[in-house]
Amino acid sequence: MSTTQERLDVEQAATATPERYRSLRSDVWRQFRRHKGAIVGLALMAIVVFAILVGPFLWGGDGVTPDTLNANKTPSWEHPMGTDNLGRDVMARVLVGGRISLAVGVTAMVVGITLGTSVGVLSGFFRKLDGPLMRLTDLFLALPVLPLLLVVMMLFREPLTETFGQNAGIFLLVVSIIGATSWMTTARVVRGQVLTVKEKEFVLAANSIGTRKRNIVMRHILPNVLSPVMVAAALGVAQAIITESALSFLGLGFPPSFPTWGRLLFDAKDYLPTNPWRVIWPGIMISLTVISVNFIGDGLRDALDPKLRSKS
Amino acid sequence: MGRYVIRRLLLAIPTVIAIGFVIFAILDLAPGDPTSNLPLNIPPETREQIRRALGLDQPFVIRWLKWMQLMFINEPLHMIESIFNICIGDCENRVRIVSWAGRAPALDIIWGRLPQTLWVLGTAFIIGILIAVPTGILSAYKQYSWFDNVGTFFSMVGFSVPTFFTGLVAIVIFAVNLRWFPSIYDTTHHVDWTDWNSILIQIKQMIMPVAVLSLFNAAALTRFTRASVLDNLNEDYVRTARSKGLGERPVVTVHVLRNSMIPVVTLIALQIPGIFAGAIITEQIFRINGLGALLITAIGQSDVPMVQTLTFIFAVLIVVFNLVADVTYGLLDPRIRYD
Repeated sequence: MSTTQERLDVEQAATATPERYRSLRSDVWRQFRRHKGAIVGLALMAIVVFAILVGPFLWGGDGVTPDTLNANKTPSWEHPMGTDNLGRDVMARVLVGGRISLAVGVTAMVVGITLGTSVGVLSGFFRKLDGPLMRLTDLFLALPVLPLLLVVMMLFREPLTETFGQNAGIFLLVVSIIGATSWMTTARVVRGQVLTVKEKEFVLAANSIGTRKRNIVMRHILPNVLSPVMVAAALGVAQAIITESALSFLGLGFPPSFPTWGRLLFDAKDYLPTNPWRVIWPGIMISLTVISVNFIGDGLRDALDPKLRSKS
Repeated sequence: MGRYVIRRLLLAIPTVIAIGFVIFAILDLAPGDPTSNLPLNIPPETREQIRRALGLDQPFVIRWLKWMQLMFINEPLHMIESIFNICIGDCENRVRIVSWAGRAPALDIIWGRLPQTLWVLGTAFIIGILIAVPTGILSAYKQYSWFDNVGTFFSMVGFSVPTFFTGLVAIVIFAVNLRWFPSIYDTTHHVDWTDWNSILIQIKQMIMPVAVLSLFNAAALTRFTRASVLDNLNEDYVRTARSKGLGERPVVTVHVLRNSMIPVVTLIALQIPGIFAGAIITEQIFRINGLGALLITAIGQSDVPMVQTLTFIFAVLIVVFNLVADVTYGLLDPRIRYD
């Protein structure tokens, strides 16, 4: 039972012009800023990205030329992160290695998210495809990912490096297999969202004015399932960086001439007693990047959740 | 409940067969020749004979069916025989999957390596649970307290920093600088339970890998436990329990914990196969001679039967524990059974 006063209030609220236009984006940003971890993560991420993109030009050390007289040096002004067993500057190698690690992380995430979103939308939207695609997802979820990645790396390394050249071949292989084994959770989440969104009135409306299926999916459904996809994307970058580092750490990733952070760790672990510093730097970089990406993902999840946002 | 279990079981069988097919196909159809690792001075005709002896001249389907027969019939039969010490049919001449590098049945080698993996990873897993569950519960109950803030921060860090970094840092600090623990796990060390010194050596060499792994496992589980307890703390039935005058302790232990532990228990079951995958990295850091190390060496030696068997076992573990998780969920939560 609503009293007259209440009804009046509601009417007033409905007709009153809002003081300031609040877009979804500004709302999300406002909520995101409340998450301290996410802001720190964003700042850290910006520093890391700046360092690896601009750092190599500013620092100038090349990290390739051996200088055996200065091998295994501890950190000094000349070499802030020390030198490796061939006397190469570790800082230059870490900065350049970060480019590859991040590139792998982002590209593999894009592959995984694209695959996952497509599978999710297809199986949520078309009832006929739902069964087979979800069985496929279950099958992929039951695959032992790390052992399979190792096996595939071993088997397909040579043929791919022959066709695409050493670096491009390995990059393609790593990115595609990480992407191909990381799309399943995204697919499930997206499917669930699509299933609820496609029953909404606006989809019915679009349908009834004769919008094509393609446009319904692209204009009406996709924008509404974007939030979980964005969160999955942030977490996917972190996961891909860790997986790539793990592969390189096991010696089945990038070749030594192509130093990623994981590869630098792998090379450094045999010199632990003589030069423990070499392990610390790439490890810190991996950890910092992953922590900041995870915090950003956490913040995004909170910011994109309308329930949490409306409380503020 | 019985029907639910049977349905889950029946669903698991095609999954196992499909995974077996994927693993077999990846290794079998991959470019490269299994005889390429043999010495170069073997004449081509001998090489051809070796290929024929390995059955490589037969069509793919035949090889797959034969592999299935080995994997699904011969090996399980052998396992049953060795457990009960009996002989079923022609047990003397039964063909088994033989490792190319080890020249012994692949499963026998795996069986020999299993204790090393279980010792370290099993302990780490249990300690991880013992840390994570209480921390998660307390963290959720005292949400936004300093304990919760510190706990959430550390679980985020612990879950983001990969074990291959924390492990190496632990080695640098405790093995290289302080010299408290050995950096390499000695798998030949035989624990004599009557000799205190021998037990001490075992504990010393286990501390680092167990600590690194259990903290990593605990991090993810803490986050999950906290989220699950928080979900339940805000439920209406908790308010009802409080408003009917129930004390705080019974509300938390009887009402909230019982309900919030259901997903935690299933997650623990789901994580068990992950222990074995995690073994691949941890064993590499601390040079533990277990299953993960076996897989890495087998990959290095292109020992196809060994790699196939190990990967398949990892896959079966995942399917089995998924099943266990589903069934426990059904047992603990009656709503799930009737889906």
